[in-house]
Amino acid sequence: MDDVRHLYVHLPFCAHRCGYCDFVTVVGRRGQHAAYVDALLAELTLERDLLAPALETLFLGGGTPTFTEPAVLARLLAALPDAREVTVEANPETVTPALAALLREHGVSRVSLGAQSFEPRLLATLDRAAGPDDVRRAVYALRDACFDNISLDLVYGIPGQSAPDLDSDLAAALALEPEHLSCYELEAKPGTRFTHAHAEELARQAAAMEGYFERVVETLIGAGYRWYETANFCVPAGHAGGRDLRAQHNLGYWRGRDYLGLGIGAVSTVAGRRWRNAPSLGSYVGMLRSGSRPRREVEVLPPATRRAEQVLLGLRLDEPLRLAPVAEAVDAAGWERVERLGLAERRRDERGEEAIALTQRGRFLGGAVTAEVLA
Amino acid sequence: MDPARIRNFSIIAHIDHGKSTLADRILEVTGTLSGRDMREQVLDTMELERERGITIKAQAVRVAWKGHQLNLIDTPGHVDFTYEVSRSLQACEGAVLVVDAAQGVEAQTVANAYLAIENNLEIVAVVNKIDLPQADPDGRAAELGGLIGEPPDRVLRASAKTGFGVEAVLDAVVERIPPPTGDPNTASRALVFDSSYDQYRGVVAFVRVVDGSFRARERLRAMAQGTRFEVEELGFFSPTMRPAESLAAGEVGYVITGLKDVSRLRVGDTLTSEASPAAAPLPGYKDVKPTVFAGLFPTDSDDYPELRDALDRLKLNDAALFYEPETSQALGFGFRCGFLGLLHMEIVRERLEREFDLDLIVTAPNVAYQVETPTGEIVEVHNPADMPSDVERVEEPYIKASVIVPKEFVGAVMELCNERRGRFDHMEYLSEQRVHLTYELPLGEIVLDFYDQLKSRTRGYASFDYDLAGFREGSLVRVDVLVGGEPVDALSLIVHREGAYARGRALVERLREEIPRQFFDVPIQAAIGSRVIARETVKAKRKDVLAKCYGGDITRKRKLLERQKAGKKRMKQVGAVEVPQEAFLAVLNLNEDGGGRRGG
Repeated sequence: MDDVRHLYVHLPFCAHRCGYCDFVTVVGRRGQHAAYVDALLAELTLERDLLAPALETLFLGGGTPTFTEPAVLARLLAALPDAREVTVEANPETVTPALAALLREHGVSRVSLGAQSFEPRLLATLDRAAGPDDVRRAVYALRDACFDNISLDLVYGIPGQSAPDLDSDLAAALALEPEHLSCYELEAKPGTRFTHAHAEELARQAAAMEGYFERVVETLIGAGYRWYETANFCVPAGHAGGRDLRAQHNLGYWRGRDYLGLGIGAVSTVAGRRWRNAPSLGSYVGMLRSGSRPRREVEVLPPATRRAEQVLLGLRLDEPLRLAPVAEAVDAAGWERVERLGLAERRRDERGEEAIALTQRGRFLGGAVTAEVLA
Repeated sequence: MDPARIRNFSIIAHIDHGKSTLADRILEVTGTLSGRDMREQVLDTMELERERGITIKAQAVRVAWKGHQLNLIDTPGHVDFTYEVSRSLQACEGAVLVVDAAQGVEAQTVANAYLAIENNLEIVAVVNKIDLPQADPDGRAAELGGLIGEPPDRVLRASAKTGFGVEAVLDAVVERIPPPTGDPNTASRALVFDSSYDQYRGVVAFVRVVDGSFRARERLRAMAQGTRFEVEELGFFSPTMRPAESLAAGEVGYVITGLKDVSRLRVGDTLTSEASPAAAPLPGYKDVKPTVFAGLFPTDSDDYPELRDALDRLKLNDAALFYEPETSQALGFGFRCGFLGLLHMEIVRERLEREFDLDLIVTAPNVAYQVETPTGEIVEVHNPADMPSDVERVEEPYIKASVIVPKEFVGAVMELCNERRGRFDHMEYLSEQRVHLTYELPLGEIVLDFYDQLKSRTRGYASFDYDLAGFREGSLVRVDVLVGGEPVDALSLIVHREGAYARGRALVERLREEIPRQFFDVPIQAAIGSRVIARETVKAKRKDVLAKCYGGDITRKRKLLERQKAGKKRMKQVGAVEVPQEAFLAVLNLNEDGGGRRGG
């Protein structure tokens, strides 16, 4: 059976909304946390049959999952099925020793901290509540609670940022010795107040972005990390006692696996269908309370579309993509062109089967190379 | 009708000075058209003409005024159609010269006035739009009187919009314009001053009968071209088609020829009876030749047959349009088209896109060159890519340009003309504020962006007109462009040797901005023969990937990629380099100083 082995749970609540954020979030509403968690669990019950008996990964994303009322969060964690990897996203200012202990007690194995930057001026630009010391304190609290898989998120291309700022952010992050790092360029959505307010500076940052990206990759590889996905780095297994520290949940996405998403705005992809729950909190809680599924936007993914997605996702990884299942999605002439230019290469996967991957330079140009390769 | 009671006249004016409104008002005042039937600007038939405020095809309308037959002959309103205008004027004995009371004399007013004077027409000068708040009727009357050598009090005042003064204009037409001369009893001759094409009836000629008379069913001959046909129907417009038994000396009307191709009956030709032909044609016929050329290519090469059919159909109605198949390495199959001028080119392009729904790439326009090869052979070159590398001498077309501009912009206009290899000819004050400048300029310096530059450097105040002034030898070279080492034929241009370096420099700098960064460095070079005169590099891109891609992002990411792929399809492949279509227009927008944009 192709049962779903990856479960995502969306916890939308935040203390406030950061200017650059475009996720489905809900500010405050402490009184509604419990009702929302009830709805999440009701949705889980409705979709339970889709899930495999044993999950590989569970991921609580947000929003700020750790902003959720601790008792409510504890109830949710207790009710969710167990998984080999359980990740929770956290904002540094919410991570107290008590919270760290709560997470640990409820089987959380991995915490992803939204550090974004260590420069107070840039954190202010992003409307982030945490300061650099909050990030450090959060990491120490997690270490004290015996977390041995911590990820830090960094953002670059922030209005006002310079190359030396980025260097010191990377150095500050590395000093905390995280097992995993995610580094994203700031994506300013057109039409938002943030984009409008920083238009000129964002244009300057956009011009500098390719330099930043190279700097991030160079620095982290230099520090011994594995650049296993376009924006993701981890301590290699060889330096971690053989543990695979890649984000197993996200690897599921990149390998084209099916996944179930619960909560408002959450996306699921199961057996050739993808759906996104409507973002309205009231409607979500109301529908599930009355025993029906939430409103959803459904997209049918024909096999050809699935194959194209497997190529575009798989080529983000450093591990080779087995060719046979996706061969129809690859344009021979386009492939030859990027191969000749040294942007992609044929390899063997771990089973010795024919596979494809991007070269180091090709990975910097992954979007354009994929556009070339796809039939 | 007794020729003594006939008056044939045109209304001539600068664009938007009110010619069409006055014509409409004349139809109304004379009862030719009741107010209820009034359709705004009846004489302009095509949609495009109305939008642009210009008239492409002339018609003639017969109206009655106080016992006289007045034939109002409409003229095309633009420089590109000077020859057609002059044929229309040749069909008249007089012209009503209209000037906007706010704007005053403009370049086309001057050009039209000179044309009228050359054709020995009696001019009835009218200051129009006197109802406008900014109108200065007295000042404009003085300007206009000065232009045609008449005292200002002979200049009429009118407002075609309100109808004020229109009757006085008609009275002046009757009183001042002489009746047609010509012999009603001799061998017949009629001037073809315009023609149009009707899908069902073929070529319709607009004629002015000079001598004798013409009857329906009569067999006729066009004297210059030798075309023979039988008159299917003749008559006049008032304002719609009114068939008649005959058209007599002095009268103006239409002749339905049944010919299936406009090129067989050209404007300016003389019709005569085949049975008893006249001894000599009327003077002045000339075969109009295109002066401006450009390549037209379908964006999607599958549309080539549609483009060919569309040109075939336009040609039926537009004898001046010239086209021949052209193959470009960069742009594929298309046509090299010849036009009477830039406006004509613009009209054809718009009609192809609008009426035939074609998506086109139009290359930068160029002029026709007369080239003498070392063997003494003379060839006409319509395409820079066809310029032989070994030439004895090259001649390029010149124009006499006429610019009217407020005096504070005289320096700016002179500077522009000097940059464009202009030779100063004459300067004259039309009034205290406004100056009339004439320059001789190579047409090749005009076709790219002269007009835009003129407008921008004079804040829109300059008006411009020109006349062709023959071919002259020039020190000209062909500049080729290489992208990624491959020559791009569609970007070759012919320039004066002295300006070649600056043009080449500007062109490669412009292309560097237009060509997106690729997976590898792309050199862009400008070369004369094998000598590279300018070089720029589009540096290879270093990053092109979305940072974030998780479960909720996949659909969006896939759609972005699909869009990226679709964008690639619109690119033209030059060797291994993808070149956007806009780059082929780079040549059009070079900076006037030839220096290109600064940038690092």
